[in-house]
Amino acid sequence: MPVLIYAENADGKFKKSTFEAVSYARAIANQTNTQLTAISVGEVSTDELNALAKYGADKILNVANAQLKNFVNQAYASVIAAAAKKEGADIVVLSNSFSGRGLAPRIGVKLDAAVVDGATALPEQNGGKFTVKKTAFSGKAFATVEITSANKVIALVPNAYKVVETAKSAQIENFSAEVKESDLKTILKEIVRSTDKVSLPDAEIVVSGGRGLKGPENWGMVEELANLLGAATACSKPVSDAGWRPHSEHVGQTGIAVSPNLYIAIGISGAIQHLAGISSSKVIVAINKDPEAPIFKVADYGIVGDAFEVVPKLIAAIKEHKALA
Amino acid sequence: MKILVCISNVPDTTTKITFTDNNTQFNTNGVQFILNPYDEIALARAIELAGESGVTVINVGDAGTEPTIRKALAIGAADAVRINAKPLDAWFVAYQIGQYAKQNQFDLILTGRESIDYNGSKVAAMLGELLDLPSVSIAKKIEIDGDKAIVEREIEGGKEVLTVVLPLVIGTAEGVAEPKIPNMRGIMSARTKPLTIVEPAEVQTNSNIISYETPAPRGQVTLVAADDAAKLIDLLHTEARVI
Repeated sequence: MPVLIYAENADGKFKKSTFEAVSYARAIANQTNTQLTAISVGEVSTDELNALAKYGADKILNVANAQLKNFVNQAYASVIAAAAKKEGADIVVLSNSFSGRGLAPRIGVKLDAAVVDGATALPEQNGGKFTVKKTAFSGKAFATVEITSANKVIALVPNAYKVVETAKSAQIENFSAEVKESDLKTILKEIVRSTDKVSLPDAEIVVSGGRGLKGPENWGMVEELANLLGAATACSKPVSDAGWRPHSEHVGQTGIAVSPNLYIAIGISGAIQHLAGISSSKVIVAINKDPEAPIFKVADYGIVGDAFEVVPKLIAAIKEHKALA
Repeated sequence: MKILVCISNVPDTTTKITFTDNNTQFNTNGVQFILNPYDEIALARAIELAGESGVTVINVGDAGTEPTIRKALAIGAADAVRINAKPLDAWFVAYQIGQYAKQNQFDLILTGRESIDYNGSKVAAMLGELLDLPSVSIAKKIEIDGDKAIVEREIEGGKEVLTVVLPLVIGTAEGVAEPKIPNMRGIMSARTKPLTIVEPAEVQTNSNIISYETPAPRGQVTLVAADDAAKLIDLLHTEARVI
């Protein structure tokens, strides 16, 4: 039975995390030599849709219903579940984004499917058992979940699976499905994007500041470092609790769990709750005055020193590095 | 206005997570259990919107969760319901709460955006689907305006502002409200507030956890001298290959 991937777009463009999910879904389809169908909802250009084939889709369903231009989890779930039924797909894959997390459980209920959110690796299908590894305890652990339902919904975390290009091309078909009136009780009034910033959950590099920075007026150097690296900015819980930075930047057990290639912690001591949120980072750099700070126990690289002296030197060194490259 | 707040009993955020029985069971030995921090935010906002008399809390759990339920009553909920069953998976929990919500009218159902143990953030949207109601899974602001809610939803790199017809289900994140600390009057009255125990409805789970692991230990830290930032950049470029 084929696999269905919901290809989420933002303003008509697919993000890297979507292509990761397409590549991941392709690999799941390959496990049982089956087809991969992608479904896109909203206004997306043909060129952009064709990119889904590049990452492994055999067929692309395009839903261009004007009522569905903006994301409404109820209505999108109806259309995606209808597509899964029409295609005979028993596995639906999507990205574990903010929208994906509101969508996956609804698709699961519609298809009588278990939902595995936060998947970090390909499923294993052995001796009739279907298992998927996912994050648990807010990054302090992983759980391997056995799915016992025939249908399955899997949401993949960003930066957990590498995009793989294929030589495929695919037909684009228009797809429509009935949307109930009760599915459209949510109206989008406004989207507010901080366009000059890299999105934290998707970021490949994150520069994060803690209480060691002493006050919000000292974030200029954090932002400068982040800009130079094409990184997102983040912070620890005490910093967002104090109102120095918005809650949306709070990384940790009760904030956002990140999984970047590089996480730079500046003036963050590394409370257990913070370490939970960064445990999936590939490389961690710590800059802290206190050589005994717990952050150095999880860091791959560290500088023991005053952030106010070290960070400007780092900025200068990166500028030099970029000039040479 | 009547609001149902779904609460979970979870390990304290400072817990070091370990496992027993060949990594198949979470080791609860010595673990302090608390009201899930996101549910505290939901409860605080519910009390702001509906007043204490308008708020009911519901938990799916065995008798061991009662201290957490009493904490929610101390914070200010008027009454509580405990579905007498272990919370086996998100579907099981959503189904049980859905059954209760179908028999009792609520204008708003709040959950935390996720529980800090299994992090599914699934119950809010599953409830929405079961009750054929709208849902917003990760909300950072909730206002009520007549028969509508104005909800801000987190998205990557920004937010969406939505208006949604009541009743609806919302998963609350930071920003919705400040957690409310119980006062002495609340703590005293929590002991006598009604806590109804309901037996669970028959339903199959559709997943189970077969094993756990903790993240692979990281290697030793490579320290670079404070005055040699260029060396760190070089290591990140040539050794770690991340910039």
